[in-house]
Amino acid sequence: MKIIVLLKRVPDTEAKILINQEGTGIREDGVKFIINTYDEYAIEEGLLMKEKIGGDSKVTVVCMGPGEATEVIRTALAMGADDAVHIADDALTYPGPFTTATILAKAISENGFDIIFCGKQGIDDDMAQVHCILAEMLDVPQVSVASTFELSEDASKATVGRRIEGGDEMIEVSLPAIVSCDKGLNDPRYASLPGIMKAKKKEIRNKNLADLGFSEVPGGGRSRILKWMPLPKGGECRMVEAEETSDAVRELVRLLREEAKVI
Amino acid sequence: MTGDILVFGEIRDGELKKVAKELVHGAMTIAAGTGGSVDALITGTGAEGEAAKLAGLGVRKISVVDDEATANYSPEGYATVLADLVKEGDYGYVLLGATAMGRDLGARSVAKVDGVMFSDCVELGFENGTVMVRRPVYSGKLYLEITPVGGRPVFITVRPNNLPPAEASGDGGEVAARPSGIDLAAIRAIATEIVPLAGGRPDVTEADVIISGGRAMKDAANFKLLEDLADLFGGAVGASRAAVDAGFAEQPLQVGQTGKVVNPKLYIACGISGAIQHLAGMRTSKVIVAINKDANAPIFEKAHYGIVGDLFDVVPVLTEEIKKIL
Ligand SMILES: Cc1cc2nc3c(=O)[nH]c(=O)nc-3n(C[C@H](O)[C@H](O)[C@H](O)COP(=O)(O)OP(=O)(O)OC[C@H]3O[C@@H](n4cnc5c(N)ncnc54)[C@H](O)[C@@H]3O)c2cc1C
Ligand SMILES: Nc1ncnc2c1ncn2[C@@H]1O[C@H](COP(=O)(O)O)[C@@H](O)[C@H]1O
Repeated sequence: MKIIVLLKRVPDTEAKILINQEGTGIREDGVKFIINTYDEYAIEEGLLMKEKIGGDSKVTVVCMGPGEATEVIRTALAMGADDAVHIADDALTYPGPFTTATILAKAISENGFDIIFCGKQGIDDDMAQVHCILAEMLDVPQVSVASTFELSEDASKATVGRRIEGGDEMIEVSLPAIVSCDKGLNDPRYASLPGIMKAKKKEIRNKNLADLGFSEVPGGGRSRILKWMPLPKGGECRMVEAEETSDAVRELVRLLREEAKVI
Repeated sequence: MTGDILVFGEIRDGELKKVAKELVHGAMTIAAGTGGSVDALITGTGAEGEAAKLAGLGVRKISVVDDEATANYSPEGYATVLADLVKEGDYGYVLLGATAMGRDLGARSVAKVDGVMFSDCVELGFENGTVMVRRPVYSGKLYLEITPVGGRPVFITVRPNNLPPAEASGDGGEVAARPSGIDLAAIRAIATEIVPLAGGRPDVTEADVIISGGRAMKDAANFKLLEDLADLFGGAVGASRAAVDAGFAEQPLQVGQTGKVVNPKLYIACGISGAIQHLAGMRTSKVIVAINKDANAPIFEKAHYGIVGDLFDVVPVLTEEIKKIL
């Protein structure tokens, strides 16, 4: 089984995100970067699948991101992935989903695959598009936002629980396919110390756009960012106080009713 | 490409989702700019009957697709239906709800027509001759204002509860059935059944009122307190990640960065500290109420109303008081 896991490098969830002086992007100085939170579930699901099937199954990480992304790739290798492809090119600044999918499709089709696991969305651009566009480009089905994953005995198909409003939609999917993963699908393992040591020797194949046969950034020129805006400032919190809890609660209910008009 | 707009009306459980009317409102904004017309596509079991809900809103034509191949959701099948219609009608814009189906279907379909898609938009306008959307990024820490370039079909998914529903104008709404044109045997991923959430309450992404509990709930059984209050409003129960990870609540209830993004009229946070990852999921709620023992809890910085106190004292009284007036 050729298992591929897509990995995106994103700012830490705790990071304070500020707009740069030119107003053209975010300030990266002092920001810690991590593996996209949902991609951790993708790595874990890939590893679980490899462990289940055994044989010569292999988990390959594919990451498009700046040179510094080597760090998050190493983390995935330390968790147990076998090798990685790292696509980096100075020409890639804020690539959109079509650019990313076009490049990933090229890199992935060079070696083929049986299944691709990825995160349900990047927690930076919050698009949740790349895997669907990639699926169309690679002509395979996709299942988005997986919360359960059951492989059939002969590993030719899977039953995937996909989170929707008010429940789980059970999807029957034949492989090869792309599955985007949600929290709750599994419990991602931590990298062990021996895992970290081993990761240092694992292969990371570095590619730039030219290596993949692109003479320029593909798939771009589809949108223009007009403005980066900070969050609108919230108002003051009105503290409702009283000697007795019941008086405070009664006052709160009055405010919700008469002032906020929500009940 | 024309200036016409296609609204995708999503059917779940045989019913048209209410975001469809909000999308029609958004489509009218674009139509006013482009001078184009607004059409709709409703796909799935019951589509024909539900089409009436979009009649009289100024929607020119409502295409309904309801055959064996569209009885169950499949990204490939539904995307074929949508993309075929977009090509045939030469639509410049396609609007979908930012729902589980809309996000998945939109992204697969936009790839079929080589367009551009803006996900999870909260505002939509037409300025200087072009459509402009506003969407949160970095889990709502920043907003972007974006505009399409390059003359491709523009797909926009809009978060439910953000735009007002379209108002009746009295006209439009010619219903036309279409075959799906899908070969069911060629579909490689398809829904077989929907397993509903336990509890029968609305989903947090769809509720007008959410009562959320955090680590302070101490126990799964204590969530009953929140359920009792939520049920008075027909609302949903939510939870912080700490509460989910401790096993007090199910994962689908989690609100926040690794949970769901919610947008209710009223969000009551009970014993939730207000970590940045929790705020990522609920800060756009119209009115936020925080109940917390700690007057310095960060949740109070984002709340509109706050009570400093023990939730086990406050919530039952709140339930009683609400009962009196509803
Ligand atoms: C990658 C990542 C993703 C994350 N994603 C999410 C997410 O999606 N959603 C999310 O919620 N969190 C998320 N978190 C976790 C987040 O950082 C916090 O740990 C979490 O939100 C804390 O939950 P809490 O407020 O319930 O618990 P705590 O922070 O422990 O707060 C409990 C609060 O209850 C108050 N309290 C205690 N007893 C009482 C009482 N009897 N009455 C009233 N108040 C009381 C306390 O004063 C305190 O403020 C994420 C973290 C990471 C690292
Ligand atoms: N540059 C990238 N390199 C590798 N995987 C990516 C990249 N961008 C997105 N992905 C994958 O696609 C998922 C959805 O991303 P997005 O469409 O950006 O929200 C992510 O969780 C990743 O698994």
